[in-house]
Amino acid sequence: MTDAHEERRDPLLRITGLVVDYRAGRRQWTPAVRGADLHVGPGEFVSLVGESGSGKTTLVQGALGLLPESARIRAGSIAYSGVDVTGWNDRRMALVRGNYVGFIPQDPNTSLNPSKRVGRQVIEAVRFNEPGTRDAARHRDAALESLRTAGLKDAERVFHQYPHELSGGMKQRALIAIALAGKPKIIVADEPTSALDVTVQKVILDHLVRLREELGIGVLLVTHDLGVALDRSDRILVMRDGEIVEEGPVRRVLENPAGDYTRGLLDAAPARHAGRLEPASGARPVSAAAPEVLRARELTKTYRLRGRGPTREVRALDGADLVVREGTTHAIVGESGAGKSTLASILARFTVPDHGTVHLGDRELTGLSRRRLREVRRDLQFVFQNPFTSLDPRFTVGEIVAEPLRAFGLTPGRRERTARVIELLKAVALDESHLRRLPSQLSGGQRQRVAIARALALNPRILVLDEAVSALDVSVQAQILRLLVDLQAEYGLSYVFVTHDLGVVRLIADDVTVMKDGAVVETGPVEQVFRSPRHEYTRELLEAIPGTRFAVAGAR
Amino acid sequence: MLRYLALKIGRALFVVWAAFTLTFVLLFVLPADPVDLLFDPAEVNAVPPEVREQVAANYGFDRPVLLQYLARLGHALTGDFGASVQSGRPVVATILDVLPSTLVLAAGALALALLIAFVIALAATATRRAWVRNLAEALPSGAVSVPVFLSGILMLQIFSFRLGWFPAFGDRGARSLVLPLVTLAVPVSGPIAQLLVRSFAAEFRSGYVTTSWAKGATRGGIIVRDVFRNAGLPALTIAGITFGNLIAGSVVTETVFARQGVGRMMQAAINTLDVPLVQGVVVLVAAGFALINLIVDLIYPLLDPRLRATLAVG
Amino acid sequence: MTVELDAFAAGHRPGLARPLVRRLGELTRRPILVASWIVVLVVIGWAIAPGLFTSYGPYDGDTAASFVPPSAEHWFGTDRLGRDLFARSVYGAQTTLTATLLAVLIAFGVGTLVGLVAGFSGGVVDTAIMRVADVFLAIPSLLLAMVVVSVLGYSTQNIALAVGISSIASFARVMRAQVLAVVTQDYVRAAYGLGVGRLGVMLRHVVPNALSSVIALAALEIGTAVLAVASLGFLGYGAPPPQPEWGLLVAEGRDYVAVHPWASIMPGVALAIVVIATHRISTSYRKDHGR
Repeated sequence: MTDAHEERRDPLLRITGLVVDYRAGRRQWTPAVRGADLHVGPGEFVSLVGESGSGKTTLVQGALGLLPESARIRAGSIAYSGVDVTGWNDRRMALVRGNYVGFIPQDPNTSLNPSKRVGRQVIEAVRFNEPGTRDAARHRDAALESLRTAGLKDAERVFHQYPHELSGGMKQRALIAIALAGKPKIIVADEPTSALDVTVQKVILDHLVRLREELGIGVLLVTHDLGVALDRSDRILVMRDGEIVEEGPVRRVLENPAGDYTRGLLDAAPARHAGRLEPASGARPVSAAAPEVLRARELTKTYRLRGRGPTREVRALDGADLVVREGTTHAIVGESGAGKSTLASILARFTVPDHGTVHLGDRELTGLSRRRLREVRRDLQFVFQNPFTSLDPRFTVGEIVAEPLRAFGLTPGRRERTARVIELLKAVALDESHLRRLPSQLSGGQRQRVAIARALALNPRILVLDEAVSALDVSVQAQILRLLVDLQAEYGLSYVFVTHDLGVVRLIADDVTVMKDGAVVETGPVEQVFRSPRHEYTRELLEAIPGTRFAVAGAR
Repeated sequence: MLRYLALKIGRALFVVWAAFTLTFVLLFVLPADPVDLLFDPAEVNAVPPEVREQVAANYGFDRPVLLQYLARLGHALTGDFGASVQSGRPVVATILDVLPSTLVLAAGALALALLIAFVIALAATATRRAWVRNLAEALPSGAVSVPVFLSGILMLQIFSFRLGWFPAFGDRGARSLVLPLVTLAVPVSGPIAQLLVRSFAAEFRSGYVTTSWAKGATRGGIIVRDVFRNAGLPALTIAGITFGNLIAGSVVTETVFARQGVGRMMQAAINTLDVPLVQGVVVLVAAGFALINLIVDLIYPLLDPRLRATLAVG
Repeated sequence: MTVELDAFAAGHRPGLARPLVRRLGELTRRPILVASWIVVLVVIGWAIAPGLFTSYGPYDGDTAASFVPPSAEHWFGTDRLGRDLFARSVYGAQTTLTATLLAVLIAFGVGTLVGLVAGFSGGVVDTAIMRVADVFLAIPSLLLAMVVVSVLGYSTQNIALAVGISSIASFARVMRAQVLAVVTQDYVRAAYGLGVGRLGVMLRHVVPNALSSVIALAALEIGTAVLAVASLGFLGYGAPPPQPEWGLLVAEGRDYVAVHPWASIMPGVALAIVVIATHRISTSYRKDHGR
């Protein structure tokens, strides 16, 4: 993968000066990609990293000729092994796609046809790219072979199954099989693991690395996760606002990033930080003997799934315990289906458990009447994962933050209320200029700040944050985490911080509880759990955290 | 599985029973004197009291309402909706006489409507030209906007009176069926086409279509292999509404083209206040609706592998 | 993830936030929508002040001028009694549109309330209401309206009542579906979490957010109701003959369709154009609001 090697031969994929616009109105165009260059050589693993809106997906769609109709290529060229395919129509591109370039999509759950067996979908991929042969048996064998290459050991069975019968990881493998079926020279993967759990993510990405080693194909991985990119790539490109702002071998980028943006991204990545974030005010008086403020015991919850057809039962929570100490952050970690969100939802009394108790101080929550519960809610507030759905789209920021004040009649007059709202907005680094805006006029980070301001309005003792930073870009995520740490120091808040991201846990939490299949696997101080996990599953999770190469470089 | 079946059948039976009860309340309880409804409005005042009492006794109107209801319900359960006031023949037999004519019209119109709807949806999906798509998307709302009586009259005017291609009235032979069929099919196709255009577009944008593009499939291949089946399925969910549109449309169509049928008979029954016949038609239509929805509920899971699996578990 | 979030944002863009001037500017780029609004406004004008639009009276006949084809003098031609059909259509707007408005108000008012109660209370109340709605949906609204009119008596008001009653169920169903969708939204859970009471949550969050797509349905229903009212009028269940009503005008002309086609076609086409215009407006409203 040396530079000299690439110069001699045309790379598998070369994009030169690509400019892609989106239609914004009649004769109005908004650029999404502004002159990007990119190349991938044989056997090379290249990662394209960028936050949302950076244009990375548009760039890849352009390369595959899969741009939506509202987009157009204004300038630049796309060439596969020196063959310029810019402006080819669907019919000609169909010969390139599958055959020359394989594609692994973002969300395995929607990327397979739900009404066709997996085998048929792979066979199609084989057949499209082997025109001439009509030998059904050979197609079948090739499809099975492809499924095996994608790492599905039980290929025969998967072949006859429907997509809904497979797990997310298996679906992604089936999609890899489809991508491989045409024997492509290069594979383009667009966020192939963002919809998957970390442990599955690791397995899938490791498999991609193995494929390029065994088959000698090139891989272009698009991701928002710098850690993922750094762990496996030969070379990475960083994209921002439609431009490539950084390009180079991983080691060089890690040690000596050329741009401020890349440096910022590196700093924002959780894996870069060895310990907990310190508040801006400095001192953080947390003693090991802090009194407990919230205690959940033996929580159990079973959901009945109803729909067309018979009822099924799913045990979401199976005797979970939790203790939160005053003024600290307790993280709850787990993969999808671990029951962590159910637990958070019970703590906030959005959900009533089948068994078990929750004590807030010395008050028991689970059996409270609606009226008493309302009083308790002043002490315990909730921040949702998705700031795009947790704010009423019809309310202005001012009205949103004022809602709890109004509900409890805390501020006598209009003027006092507005003053308090502004005070709260300032606490989350917004100001009165935002008062009259609607949520749709704010960025994701700003919305989450508004949600936090609203939660703080009642001066609660505890905030339950359900994946509160997961929907945000890394750089925004870092800002919100810092804000949370500062607020905690200022108001003496306790946090219950639910997340799937162990990297974030290290940044913000004092204690951590690891959950799996509705049960607590392990609990203890973060330092201890991270350094010497007692449970095998915790170890697995820790190893799956992307960005190990980072930590090494950061330590230098 | 059995529970699911029982629930759905129970629901269908409930709808039919409730339709019977509703029409009973509307037609037999609400009017001040239901006997009035049994006579021609023009002659009602001239009827001698003895005759009124005689008629009232015949129909059981002198008994308490609840008893009347139970008696009628009991008879209805055995397929007896009483006799038509106008003809004196049993309601069920009267309906059965004209039912085939309406069924032929409705079935033909449904087939044509489905054809129109699929063609429009396919055109909207397959085309790369924006104006074709815009046109295809605008057509269905035009189809439901033109009143059936107007389109019927226009057809008559153009194809029958001007061009003389088809007979204007009556129901003899296949040629006389063409104009009513088209007249009825156009408005019925509207909602189906709207739904299909939307679901075709949604499926065409879905993730698995991107996968197919990436496999190297062509536009036509994707529409045939991937989109068609998945997008066609939702059309089943408005089968009930389609049935209603067919029935309502056939009332007007049969009137405009002077065709024999359930719709026109319903109109005549309303005009002459033939209460038992009106009730018979309404209950029949509700039963048809319930049956169609029951069938859809039962076959839908068979066509969708995800639902099939949940059914098999039970 | 980004795409998903943007979709959320787009789906909830409140229309009023955009400045009026910009919205007017956008209108000029949508000539069909503008034309639809003009049609609707003109017809509303007909209904309010018919005298401004025609110098003929709806009952003024001139037997010497029967069945005059459309001309500059008589835009829609004249009928058997020599009455100006344009004038009768203009005056007929009043009858038909009043009935339509009444029907939609009944359906919208009752249906929305019933749907709100069903969706918000859930449980037994919901099941009971929806089973009853099933029954009303099982009988085609034209048939149901015919039965209701036959009980109440033939008149335009009763047609309005009948059409309104027969459309309640579909409004109830849409409103209920919307309420159920809104109730599971995070911002509703958030409001409960902030200590807002049930009534407050319903009035402040659920109703305003659920209503937007019911309003789109109401716009669509205006067109459908015009059709239903006119169909019932055409079948002879509405106003008695001398009165001008759109469906009746078409029915009256129908007997002479072979010889004097305009007598039923002109009023019919006017009716169709109005319905198409309301559909157009409803569609663009739904598109703008991402539904």
